[in-house]
Amino acid sequence: MQIRPILATLRKHRIPAILIVLEIALACAVLCNAVFMISRRVASISLPNAIDEKELISVSMHGADPTRAAADIPRNLAALQGIAGVQAAGVISSLPLSTDNWGWSFGTQPDSVLEDRSSDQNTNVSLYMMAQGTERVLGLRLRQGRFFNADEYPGSLIGSGALPSTHVTVITESLAKKLWPGQSPLGKTIYSKPAYFTVVGVVADVLRPRLFGSDGLRSYHSSFFPMGPDQALANYVLRCPPAERERILREAVQKMQALNPSAVINGNTYEAIRNRYFADTSSMAWMLVLVCAVMLAVTAVGIVGLSSFWVTQRRAQIGIRRALGATRGDILRYFQLENFLLVGIGILLGMLLAYGINLFLMAHYELPRLPMLYLPAGALALWLIGQGAVLGPAQRAAAVPPVVATRAA
Amino acid sequence: MFGYYLDLALHSLKRNRVLTALMVMTLALGIGASMTTLTVLHVLSGDPLPGRSGQLYYPQLDPRDMDGYHPGDEPMAQVTWVDGMNLLHAARADRQALMTGGAVPIQPADSAIDPFYEDARYTTADFFPMFQVPFLYGHPWSGADDEAHARVVVLSRGMNDKLFGGKDSTGQTLRMNDAAFRVVGVLDSWRPSPHFYDVNMGNYSDSEGVFVPLSASRDVRLSRNGSIDCWGKGGGDDDHIETSPCVWLQYWVQLDTPAKASAYKEYLTHYVQEQKALGRFQRPPNVRLRGLTEWLDYNKVVPSDVRLQMWLALGFLLVCLVNTMGLMLTKFLRRRGELGVRRALGASRRAVFAQLLVESGIVGVVGGAIGLLLALLGLWIVRRQPSDYAELAHLDASMLLITLVLAVCASLAAGLLPSWRACQIAPALQLKSN
Repeated sequence: MQIRPILATLRKHRIPAILIVLEIALACAVLCNAVFMISRRVASISLPNAIDEKELISVSMHGADPTRAAADIPRNLAALQGIAGVQAAGVISSLPLSTDNWGWSFGTQPDSVLEDRSSDQNTNVSLYMMAQGTERVLGLRLRQGRFFNADEYPGSLIGSGALPSTHVTVITESLAKKLWPGQSPLGKTIYSKPAYFTVVGVVADVLRPRLFGSDGLRSYHSSFFPMGPDQALANYVLRCPPAERERILREAVQKMQALNPSAVINGNTYEAIRNRYFADTSSMAWMLVLVCAVMLAVTAVGIVGLSSFWVTQRRAQIGIRRALGATRGDILRYFQLENFLLVGIGILLGMLLAYGINLFLMAHYELPRLPMLYLPAGALALWLIGQGAVLGPAQRAAAVPPVVATRAA
Repeated sequence: MFGYYLDLALHSLKRNRVLTALMVMTLALGIGASMTTLTVLHVLSGDPLPGRSGQLYYPQLDPRDMDGYHPGDEPMAQVTWVDGMNLLHAARADRQALMTGGAVPIQPADSAIDPFYEDARYTTADFFPMFQVPFLYGHPWSGADDEAHARVVVLSRGMNDKLFGGKDSTGQTLRMNDAAFRVVGVLDSWRPSPHFYDVNMGNYSDSEGVFVPLSASRDVRLSRNGSIDCWGKGGGDDDHIETSPCVWLQYWVQLDTPAKASAYKEYLTHYVQEQKALGRFQRPPNVRLRGLTEWLDYNKVVPSDVRLQMWLALGFLLVCLVNTMGLMLTKFLRRRGELGVRRALGASRRAVFAQLLVESGIVGVVGGAIGLLLALLGLWIVRRQPSDYAELAHLDASMLLITLVLAVCASLAAGLLPSWRACQIAPALQLKSN
């Protein structure tokens, strides 16, 4: 099949040809950027989190009398453990993705103070304070070292202060890598003068109560501290079989409200907490998917419209070619190749445009560079759509009988 | 003549219903999507207090020590207790209010209602007149109540409905955090959007349910929420927060004229110099006095997702326009024969052009109307989203007008090139070929 006659025809029908190229270019540019945004949202929604999410229920309690924490917490835990189906119960200051963040900046030097936080010296870390046994309830996965010893819990309190009065901590793998790259974190110390904490264990990555930045790296800067009976322990967590979650949740909330009539009780499955955190992100992702789908449909319709018009316009020409010996396949391939060429030019322009849009978005919004992989993928998608859209009109063109040539003027 | 063109256009649109439907739907989809996102953006970047926002200013100071000082740094985004109180008592502005947010446990007298947490604002008396807050019952508390640490509370309308069944509750007692407060006023519906006076508390969240004098809130230790920023040996511990080197309060002033605003800025500089002389401040004077809208822009309150959506939707509209253009070109050029006859019978190029533009205008009007319905549907979907701005997404009169104008302009733009191309037809050639 020769390309030159096709190009000659396109030169004669400049406006429709330009329109097809423009349609493809715009669709390609918007599609690449939209799919890129979708993938980034999907990546953040599916960030792994090394706790047993499916088996957890959280019951939070606020507004209880802080002076009675020492008596109330063991009583509440005992009551929750008594619910049929509950495998274990614990209590922690906050949960990953609950938005209730307790953050503090630490350095690795003994004279590190809080206000260095704007410099690169310090790392902002989320604190989780928990009662004995809570690590088993959550299903934290120990990678190095140990969890806290029983004698490290009772003396560690926080009251109205900012940091717990212990000197031990367990941190996540990502945080260990950030603070001491290439070294063993065990026995090392983090400082925020006058407080200091020695790392006794490292666990698999657990998300922070609130994610920071879009890179996912800082989202794992979490640390765990032992805590005695203190009002900071406000989130009771229960471990139970996923199938019984709803019933146990109802019973737990009722029991807690009965035991603490003046407190504010809120119960959720952990899955609900996670879904709520990402609800905005996932609705944005679905909206982007919808826009992409509709845009591709609109583009396909546009190509069908222009190509079928083209076919009608060139019935006489097709008839002559058929009369001169061109087969149906020749005509079909002619239109397919023509579409392939037009879409190709459109894609080329579209890639430049996609790249330009990406540069604009990078300058104005927190968005990284569009990975190169998206361009060939977008090109392939548009070529497929172009070929699909031209198939019908091309088949109609191929069906034009040679006799048309003799009838036309 | 217009009537005749209209007739011709309707006739031609009816002849190929599928093509007409495709053109209309393509245009409607583009308009629906872009109007949905433009409306959300319009709502979110709206003026929270029309008529008053021009007179509201947000003073910023830099009370930090010299550690980490870089000339040209922005001053802090909030004020300390000491500076807030100094500026408040100096009362150099037409009105001024110091405030912070929090959440209070409410213990209803009616035992049928379980205790619950409600967002609260701890502020001073001028808050209500300065922000033009409407009252349904009672009145705001007075400056004397602030000084006397009076245990009084103002409720939002929704909170009054929930706790007192919507009746006039002034004079009643409300227990919060185990302390008794007397209700002095109930607000009428009030939801400034953005939630401008505290950008740390959810930019589009509903306004608070209870308002308590700042002095009384500290006496009963109502819990504080929002951002706190400390330096030096600042701990931010709640019991010593008044004396800690921490900023955690928002301070707003009302200055009725630009002259007063520049005088106030000068006053702030003097204040900083005075504090430096006293040894409290160390950094060179670095004050800002941003107006309300400037402050919102500076804080980038409009979510970047919303702007991204708008760009995406405009891109989508462009794709739709180019496609509509292609379809119209197809339609017009198919009618070469008919147009050739009209030209041969004496219609000028201009007349044919006008006729075709009327036809694309009709596509635009119908597409715009369907696009409007799609935009309403889109906004309905947005309102069902979990974001805190979702329930604000409503179409107002100005956006309605913009939609229609956009629709007609878009379709005329889409019709322009095809109409021009079609009226270039040489009449004789067309007649011959048929």
